[in-house]
Amino acid sequence: MTTATAVGSRPEINPWVRFAVRRLSRLVVSVLALLSAAFLMIHLIPGDPVRSALGPAAPKSLVDAQRESLGLNDPLWEQYLHFLQHLFTGNLGTSITTGLPVSDVIRDRLPATVQLAVAAFLVAVLIALPVGLAMGVLTRAGRRPRAELGFTSTSVVLAAIPEFLLAVGLVYVFAVKLQWFPVAGRGNVASYVLPVLSLAIGPAAVLARICRVELLAVLQTDYLRTARAKRLPATAVYLRHALPNAVTATITLGGLLLGGMVAGTVLVENVFGWPGLGSTIVSSILAKDYPLVQGVVLVYGVGVLLVNLAVDVALALLDPRSTIRES
Amino acid sequence: MARRARWIAVLRTPVGAGAGVLLLAVLLLALFAPLLWSDQASAIDTEHLLEGTSSQHWLGTDSLGRDIFYRVLVASRTSIMLALLATALGVLAGLVLGTAPVLLGRRAGRLTTALVNIAVAFPGLLLALFFAVIFGVGAKGAVLAIGLAGAPAFARLTQTLVAGIAERDFVAAARIAGVGRFRILLRHILPNIAEPLVVNATIGAGGVLLAFAGLSFLGLGVQPPAYDWGRLMGESLNGIYVHPAAALAPGVAVVIAGLAFNLFGEAVAKGLGVPALVGPRLRTRTPETVPAAPVDDEAVLVVKDLRVSFPGPITPVRGVSFTIHKGEIVGVVGESGSGKSLTALAVAQLIEPPGQVEAAELSFLGAPLLGRLADRGSAATRRRLLGTSFAMVFQDPMTSFNPTKRIGVQLAEGAREHQGLSRRQAMARAVDRLRAVRVPAAGRRARQYPHEFSGGMRQRAMIGMGLMGAPALIVADEPTTALDVTVQRQVLRLLETIRETDDVAVLLISHDITVVAQVCDRVLVMYAGRIVEDLPASDLATGARHPYTRALLAAVPDLDTPLDEPLAVIPGRPVDPSAFPTGCAYRVRCEFVVESCSAKDPELVGADHRVACWNPQGRTVLGIESIRTGQR
Ligand code: SF4
Repeated sequence: MTTATAVGSRPEINPWVRFAVRRLSRLVVSVLALLSAAFLMIHLIPGDPVRSALGPAAPKSLVDAQRESLGLNDPLWEQYLHFLQHLFTGNLGTSITTGLPVSDVIRDRLPATVQLAVAAFLVAVLIALPVGLAMGVLTRAGRRPRAELGFTSTSVVLAAIPEFLLAVGLVYVFAVKLQWFPVAGRGNVASYVLPVLSLAIGPAAVLARICRVELLAVLQTDYLRTARAKRLPATAVYLRHALPNAVTATITLGGLLLGGMVAGTVLVENVFGWPGLGSTIVSSILAKDYPLVQGVVLVYGVGVLLVNLAVDVALALLDPRSTIRES
Repeated sequence: MARRARWIAVLRTPVGAGAGVLLLAVLLLALFAPLLWSDQASAIDTEHLLEGTSSQHWLGTDSLGRDIFYRVLVASRTSIMLALLATALGVLAGLVLGTAPVLLGRRAGRLTTALVNIAVAFPGLLLALFFAVIFGVGAKGAVLAIGLAGAPAFARLTQTLVAGIAERDFVAAARIAGVGRFRILLRHILPNIAEPLVVNATIGAGGVLLAFAGLSFLGLGVQPPAYDWGRLMGESLNGIYVHPAAALAPGVAVVIAGLAFNLFGEAVAKGLGVPALVGPRLRTRTPETVPAAPVDDEAVLVVKDLRVSFPGPITPVRGVSFTIHKGEIVGVVGESGSGKSLTALAVAQLIEPPGQVEAAELSFLGAPLLGRLADRGSAATRRRLLGTSFAMVFQDPMTSFNPTKRIGVQLAEGAREHQGLSRRQAMARAVDRLRAVRVPAAGRRARQYPHEFSGGMRQRAMIGMGLMGAPALIVADEPTTALDVTVQRQVLRLLETIRETDDVAVLLISHDITVVAQVCDRVLVMYAGRIVEDLPASDLATGARHPYTRALLAAVPDLDTPLDEPLAVIPGRPVDPSAFPTGCAYRVRCEFVVESCSAKDPELVGADHRVACWNPQGRTVLGIESIRTGQR
C-alpha cells in the first residue's frame, strides 16, 4: 500500500506497520500484566488460601497435600514460571471444590457468556445508531427542543440504572406479570430476550446519546458545508458524508462500552441463573475455589483486551487518519 | 467570592436545585433513618411472613416477617456510608497514583502512569471482583475492592489535571526557588485541582453506590445480619413471583440515590464550566415579491439589498448590492465581522438555519436563487445549475474535505450527481481536473485521502472540484488565509489563470487588501455589514475615498516599513453586529467626522466608483507612498 505523506521527505515507515507494532506491543504488555496480576492474586490473599478453601475442620494432612499439589511451597519465582508453563499447555489447574480441570469448566461455560455478550452488543448498536441518528437529524440546530429534552432525560435515566436492577425490573414485568418470557435459565430463543435486553439497554442509551452528539458535531463541520456546496440532495449529504463519520466516532466510543458489557454479564447471569462464566466466578469466589477464580479472571481479562484490540483495529480501518494521528 | 457565586448559580438552575434537594434528602435519610426506625425494621412479625402490601406493612414483609419499607429506609445508611467510604478510598488511591510522577520523579512516575493506563482498560466491575478475591467477602472487603477498582480512573483524571497545573508559571517558579516536591504538591497543585476532583468524585459516588449494590446483590458485599440495598434485593430475588415489591423497592432506592449524586455532580460540573449554547430555531424567510431581473446578458451574479440575519436579532449583513460580470474578479475586503464571509455564504445559498437570507434580488445567470419554487422539477433544475456552474472554495483546506473519503471520490461525487457521469467517467474527469489545477501525479493523488495532501495541494484540489462542471462563478472565501506566502501566490495565480482561460467570474473574499489589490478588477470594501466603497482595483492605491478604505491601505506594511516598528493598525475596534450605532457605523473610529455622520447612515452613491460617506476624501490629496506608510 502506498501511503507516502506529502509532508516530510525522510523515509517513512508504513503507518499501518507502525500502528500494528504499537498496538501489538501494548497488547503484550497488558497480557503480561494480567497474567502477573492473576498469579499474584492468590498470593496476596491473607492467610492460607488452601486452609480457607477447605475450611477450619479439614485435617492438616489434607491441607498440606493440597498445598503440595498446588506447588504453594515452592519459591515464588518458581511458582510463577510453572504457572506460565502450565498456561502455555492450556493447563489452568484443578478446581478445589469439584476436582475438575479448570479448563474444562471454562470450555463448558464460556459459550453461554460469549453468546450473551455478543447478542447484547449487536442489540445495543441496532437500537442506538438509528435512534441516535434520527434524534440528531430531528434536533439539529436547536430544532424540537422538547423532543431533545425528552430524549436526553430518558437516556440519562436508562443509562443510570445498573444492569442487574434493570434485569430484576424486566423479570417482574415481562416474566412474572405478562409471562411472555421465562424467568431464568438458558434454553430457546425466548430465554435470551430478557438477559440480552438487561445487558443492552443501558449501553444503548449511552450510545444513542453519543451518536446524536457526534452527528450534530459532524453537521457543523466544514466538509459538510463543502458537500452542501456541491449541491448534493439532502439525503446524499446525510448518507454519504454525515452518517459514516458520525458512526465511526460513535463506534470508537461504543467500544469503551463493550468492555463494560463483558463485565456486565457477571451480574446479569446471576439474575437469570445463566450457565456462563459470570455465575461461575461468583460461586467460586464464595466457595473460595481459587484456581477456578484465577482461570475465570484470566478469561474475562483476555476477553476485555481482545475486545479493546478489535475496537482499535475497526477504528483504524474505518478512519485511516487515526493510525497516523496517534503517533 | 467568585467561586461561591458560581456554586450558588448552580443551585439556582432547575437541574442543580432539584438534584441538590434530592441529594440533601438522601443524606438526611441516611443520617436519621437508623435512629428513627431501627426497631421497626428488625421487628419480627411471625404472623405475617412474606406478605404483600397491606395497611400495616406498606411494602409487605420478608421471610421473617420484617417490614420491608422500614428495612429499605434503614438500609440507606449502610449503603450510602459504604459507598462514600469506597469513593473516598478511590479518590485517595487515585490521588497517590496520579501525583506519583510529581512526587517520585520521572522514572517511577512513568511506571505508575503505564500501570494506570493498563488498569484503566479493564472495566471497574472486573477490577472489583479481582480485589474482592484478595480482600475477601464482606463489607470491608467490598469497600476496599470497589475503592481500589475506582482508583485507576481517578488516577487518570488526577494525572490530566496535574499535567495542566504543573506547566503553569507559579509551579515552575516554586520549583526553581527550590521548594520541595511534596510542598509544591500540597501548596500549589492540590488546591488547584481540588474543585474538579470533588465534582468528579460526586459524580463517581453515584456509580460507586450502584457498584456496591451490585456486589452485595451477588452476595459478595455486606453480609447478614447487616443489610444494604443490594443485599435486600439479592435476598428477595427468589421470591419475586410472590412478592415483587421486596425486590423492586430497594432497587428504586438505589437508582434514586445514585441519580442524586450523579445529577448533582453533573450540574455542578456544567455550572462551573462554560454553559452550552443552544441555538434557537429559525427558517429561511422569503421576500414577498421577487422583482423581475433586469436584462443584463453579461451579469453572472446580481445581488440587490441582501440581508442576512440571525436570532437575537442581529443583522450582520444589511443591504448589500453588487453585480458581477462574466470573467470579472471582484474582491470583497473588510475586517472580521464586517459581514464579507456571510455575504459569500448567502450568495452561495449556504446559510444554515437559524440564519435567514433576504434580498430584493439574488439571481445567478438570470435565474432567481431565493424564493420557494413551485415544483420539485424546478428545484432540481436550480440545484443542477448551482452544482455545475457555481463553485465554492473555502478558507480552511485542512477541514473542508471529508477526512474519510478519497480526494478523487469527493471530486467525482458532484459530477455523477449533476452531469450523470458513470463512476469511471467521473473519476477520469476528476483526475483530469486535478491535472488542470496542477496537482502532480494526479492519477495517484486522486486515490489518496485528504490527510495525505499538503494545505496548498488541498486548496488546489478544492478549486479543481469547482472545475468539475463548467463554472461561471467561483466564490472563494479567504482561500489563501490558511496557507503560507509562496503557496498563497500560487493559488491566486491559479485563480487568475482559470479566469483567463475559461472566462470564469470570481468573487474573492479576503481580509487582506493587498491580496485583493493584486488580482481583482474591482474591490468592494465592507464595514459593519454594508459596502462602504466600490471602486476599480486600479484606483485603490491612489483614488480610495472612504476614510475606512484609506485606513485599511495605511495599515499595510510595505518594504520600506522598518521591521522593528509596530504594525500600523486602525485605531478602535470593529463594531459589534448586535449593536450598530445610528448614523455612519464607522463614526467612532473616523478622523473626518462631520455633523451629518451621526444623524444618518450615508448611502452608497456614484456610478463607476461608489462611496458611502458624508465626507469622502479627495482623490488627489494623498500620494500612494504616504497612504501606505500612514503619514500625512
Ligand atoms: S460618513 Fe462620516 S463618519 Fe462615516 S466615514 Fe464618512 S466621514 Fe467618517
